[in-house]
Amino acid sequence: MTFGETKREARLVAWPLAGLLSLLVLNALFDPAFLKITLLEGHFYGVPVDILTQSARTMLVSLGMTLVIATGGVDLSVGSVVAIAGAVCAVMLQDGQALSLTIAAAVGIGALAGGINGLLVARLGVQPIVATLILMVAGRGLAQLIVGGQVIIITSSAFEFISNGFVLGVPFAPVLVLALFVATHFVVRRTALGLFVEAVGDNETASRFAGLAVARIKTLVYLFCGACAGLSGVLVAANIKAADSYRAGENMELDAIFAVVVGGTALTGGRFLILGTVIGALLIQTLTTTMYNLGVPPAVAPVPKALLIIAVSLLQSEKVGRWLRGLFKKGAVA
Amino acid sequence: MIGALTRRTSWIRRNLSLVVTAAIFVLLFGLASQFYDGFFSTPVFVSLLSDNAFLGIAAVGMTLVIFSGGIDLSVGAVIGFTSILIATLIQEHHLSPVLAWLVGMLAGTGLGTSMGLLIHCFRLPPFLITLAGMFLARGLGFWISTDSVGIAHEFYGRISAYEITLGSMVLPASALMLLAVLAAGYVIAHHTRFGRTLLAVGGNEQSALLMGLPLGGAKIAVYALNGFCAALAGIVATLYTGSGNPGMGIGLELDAIAIVVIGGTLLTGGRGHMLGTLLGILIFATIQAAILFDGRLSSWWMRIVVGSLLLVFILLQRMLLRPR
Repeated sequence: MTFGETKREARLVAWPLAGLLSLLVLNALFDPAFLKITLLEGHFYGVPVDILTQSARTMLVSLGMTLVIATGGVDLSVGSVVAIAGAVCAVMLQDGQALSLTIAAAVGIGALAGGINGLLVARLGVQPIVATLILMVAGRGLAQLIVGGQVIIITSSAFEFISNGFVLGVPFAPVLVLALFVATHFVVRRTALGLFVEAVGDNETASRFAGLAVARIKTLVYLFCGACAGLSGVLVAANIKAADSYRAGENMELDAIFAVVVGGTALTGGRFLILGTVIGALLIQTLTTTMYNLGVPPAVAPVPKALLIIAVSLLQSEKVGRWLRGLFKKGAVA
Repeated sequence: MIGALTRRTSWIRRNLSLVVTAAIFVLLFGLASQFYDGFFSTPVFVSLLSDNAFLGIAAVGMTLVIFSGGIDLSVGAVIGFTSILIATLIQEHHLSPVLAWLVGMLAGTGLGTSMGLLIHCFRLPPFLITLAGMFLARGLGFWISTDSVGIAHEFYGRISAYEITLGSMVLPASALMLLAVLAAGYVIAHHTRFGRTLLAVGGNEQSALLMGLPLGGAKIAVYALNGFCAALAGIVATLYTGSGNPGMGIGLELDAIAIVVIGGTLLTGGRGHMLGTLLGILIFATIQAAILFDGRLSSWWMRIVVGSLLLVFILLQRMLLRPR
């Protein structure tokens, strides 16, 4: 019983999983080489491996976002935090700082940014969208300030390994991210922490009366989300071997929110599925890869993404749910 | 006499954020005039309006959406989409500009209406649906053309060159459009039943419903209206740049929201003023012009200053609201 604590959770994950599998099958039908994985010079290669590697960065941001959304909030600043963390990495490595210190600093900056968001939301009662909008707007400016508006090239090969390296033939970045997912899953599900987060998202007032430290839980969740974004910034910078403060993490907040929602976590808060988020992130990346394979220009790729998200939120809405249930019941009688 | 005085003080108290915003604009404009030669002049003042005309028009629509407690993240993408749609219709399909504008407005309004329907009928979060709308509009824009399309039409040249001289002030077409939309927005927001309904919905949806206000229609209509405003902004953008570009207006929705908030409108809805949005546009444009005048400051300072102003105003709003 590692994943899927309850039957309900398994049922909720079934939807995105079915979507992912059917998309993979469709792809395999059109292009039999799609699912092929080859072992080349001791490394695994193939489209599925690509999807896993490409989705790792968004997946990591989505992990933090899952918990934030579970409290009924949202963090729009993650994309800017990714840019800031990348900028910090580039400047520190250029200065000849140690790799471990650099990564710690990037994650720390991310956590600091998240902490500020958390303070605004939890202590000052600012709406999450608004509070994180501030850093979303200002953050990219700060990142550009750090690198002086330049794109700084990173030459450290050890740094590049974080994103593009292989361990035992398996790409390192997705392994790292999946390990973080499993760790987070255990921490929140095997302790009361997950329950607290869901309680806050479900009914904040009731949670406060029940004696929960609502403000502290919220602050922690945003802090965690910021740290995830910081580490994702390291991965992004390591992947392109540069800190591009203009483009790094662009639209990442949107992809992360999409991954979380597609994965079955309710945007209204009160319920979260960490495994669902993994599947959601994979589903969105598979959709993007499919578009590329079909020769759709990258700029048009947002259209199916938008249709997917509308379909998923309609499926989650109460009205459609009731209508569908009614339909199935009638079918059972007949 | 005392009655008049208390009435006046209560007006100030009711519109305190408006007064603060106005003071900040005067302060910023004054400081910029002190620092930079030639800043304090009518051409610079007019350029504050004309250079940000399409952003301002988008902000007017956004103000109404935020009145109702909603948000619309799709406006930037809709501007890009309508601008490339209009440019392609005129250049490649040889449609007359007025017809192309009509098509653009219909497309924008249609998209807004569909988002409003989804938001109201299925009780979906506005933020998520308009995010999807943003992806949709951006993708469709790039689907029409991935490159910018220049508009070479005699009518366009005439409209762009149109201007009105008021004393020493020369108002170009884009500034006039912005002022017209602002005036219309003011009337809609503060002198119609629709505007009052929006504020009531934003203040407390439950009470608005119990009062029997036509809340569903108002919510759908406000997104439709905002889609229309975004399309109008797209038209002004084609006039201003003489071309259509699917990548136009990336991140513009954030600037529009920032302008509305700086103008003193509560992001939770229910309270705000269209005049505040005008002041917000002026403040935003003053910062932009000052950075341009300075020449030494890099463009990213714009984002940092706007972010800081947002922070200040949101904290100010919290403080003003606490005692209530």
